[in-house]
Amino acid sequence: MDDLYREVILDHYRNPRYRGSLPSPTTSHEGYNPLCGDDVTVELLVKGGIVEEVAFNGSGCSISQSSASMMTEAIRGKTVQEVESLFREFTAMMRGSDDIDFDSIGDLEALEGVRKFPVRVKCATLAWHTLQEALRRLDQGENQAASNERAIR
Amino acid sequence: MTEAESVTNQGVTGKPSGGLDVARIREDFPILARDVYGKPLVYLDNAATSQKPRQVIEALVRYYESYNANIHRAVHCLGEEATAAYEEARAKVARFINAPSPECIVFTRNTTEAINLVAYTWGRANVGPDSGVLLTLLEHHSNIIPWQRVTAEKGASLRYIGITEQQTLDLDGLEKLMDSRTRLLAVTQVSNALGTINPVQKLTAEAHRNGTMVLVDGAQSVPHMPVDVQAMDCDFFAFSSHKMLGPTGVGVLYARPELLEEMEPFLGGGEMIKRVTQEDAIWNDVPWKFEAGTPNIADAIGLGVAIDYLSDLGMENVRAHEMEISEYALRRLRQMEEVMIYGPPDPADRGGVISFNYPDLHPHDIGTVLDRHGVAVRAGHHCAQPLMHHLDVSGTVRASFYVYNTLGEVDVLVDALGQAHAFFSNDTK
Repeated sequence: MDDLYREVILDHYRNPRYRGSLPSPTTSHEGYNPLCGDDVTVELLVKGGIVEEVAFNGSGCSISQSSASMMTEAIRGKTVQEVESLFREFTAMMRGSDDIDFDSIGDLEALEGVRKFPVRVKCATLAWHTLQEALRRLDQGENQAASNERAIR
Repeated sequence: MTEAESVTNQGVTGKPSGGLDVARIREDFPILARDVYGKPLVYLDNAATSQKPRQVIEALVRYYESYNANIHRAVHCLGEEATAAYEEARAKVARFINAPSPECIVFTRNTTEAINLVAYTWGRANVGPDSGVLLTLLEHHSNIIPWQRVTAEKGASLRYIGITEQQTLDLDGLEKLMDSRTRLLAVTQVSNALGTINPVQKLTAEAHRNGTMVLVDGAQSVPHMPVDVQAMDCDFFAFSSHKMLGPTGVGVLYARPELLEEMEPFLGGGEMIKRVTQEDAIWNDVPWKFEAGTPNIADAIGLGVAIDYLSDLGMENVRAHEMEISEYALRRLRQMEEVMIYGPPDPADRGGVISFNYPDLHPHDIGTVLDRHGVAVRAGHHCAQPLMHHLDVSGTVRASFYVYNTLGEVDVLVDALGQAHAFFSNDTK
């Protein structure tokens, strides 16, 4: 039981960080887990390739909500490249890979115990997949803006 | 000794409960001897699927070891034995629900396939732009999606009977919902999510007065209480083997014989024909017209054995046993502060299903903690998302009982729940 619900996870569940919404996010996405009805919305303010602000909202089990909270702490202030690398490390860890850079993972390692509960892995990765989709949209938006700019020229 | 303790001990020692000798019954179920994470298995997920007695498991082995053959066309001994056993299973099903004859019984894969069979044959032929289908908010997705698809395809209307504060069907406005254009009422006899028992006999009478046909989803009723489709007077009735001690992979559709005669086949292939030319074919007689391809012979025979087992126990006794457990579980859960219980308050108005929530805890977290105590429950939306949405919850925790459950197991559930609640509410204060 303690493998799944490590103290740091319960702490984020009871006292979520950066829960709420941003006044003017540059990108956002709502993710949904049809298995349990969990939902997580991730909003980002990305400027100059850096995640300056992040917020999450949603409802769901302790794993999905604490994972979202831990994610906001982990990515705030990082470059988009660093966030994408963290996404890869985290999802690899949740898939059961041992080839993980635990230094870069930091506190997120607490979620490693969820691997022993296969049906709950999707709870832990929901926020991260939502984040990835938000970043993909940002990318598309920038490409769109760039092509619009080219079109104007 | 408190009243609760005395009742509990009775359950643990397995003395007759509601006419059932639970200790003896438990010996028939090999799986109940196993541990889960070092704790004795407490299986309370019977509304999802039931466990299987040795008699059913042995019937499957016997079939495969001694008379496995394809049915209906073989001229050899094994084929004749297999055909006789398969058709005997059909006759047992008919007797069990008091169908007028075995020919009204079609074997399907499960309840879902039985309902889809009706939707895609009778439904597509009888529902059109100027007509509609009436469902209830208590339906399982399997009695919603087929009707959404057929009504969407045919441009027909789809309406729902809502529920009251006590989470029983709200029949006050029924005459408005069911009008001259309503072709079919599709209703579950017992809600899988809340346990609510619906007044299907009364609903059928009202529907027939209105010229509306009735399909009853019996997946949660046939395993747990006496069912008589002729007394109920429904037109279609569907249920599954695996929720009533039988194997997975077999379901049953009962329909009034004249309806089966007029309906087009569902799937085409072998077995469902009498004669085939290059251009067309003549359909087989009912019910075989609806059983294209080699059916699930072994598991249908297994269902017959499960029916024998339940008949020996007596369905009145099964119902009495589950009411006793439900009554005790409701009493214990009501003693727990904060636990929110769904469904009608009186055990007489509900099947052996209890859905509940802690206001601040997600059902999946509770389910995971209970699992570590050996207690298997269902946590989630129970394939009834429109109902969950109406109740404004993401899901519930559901404990559901059967013939082998004891009052002592309810105590294990309640203890584990207390520990789950303590675990998550242990604030950093």
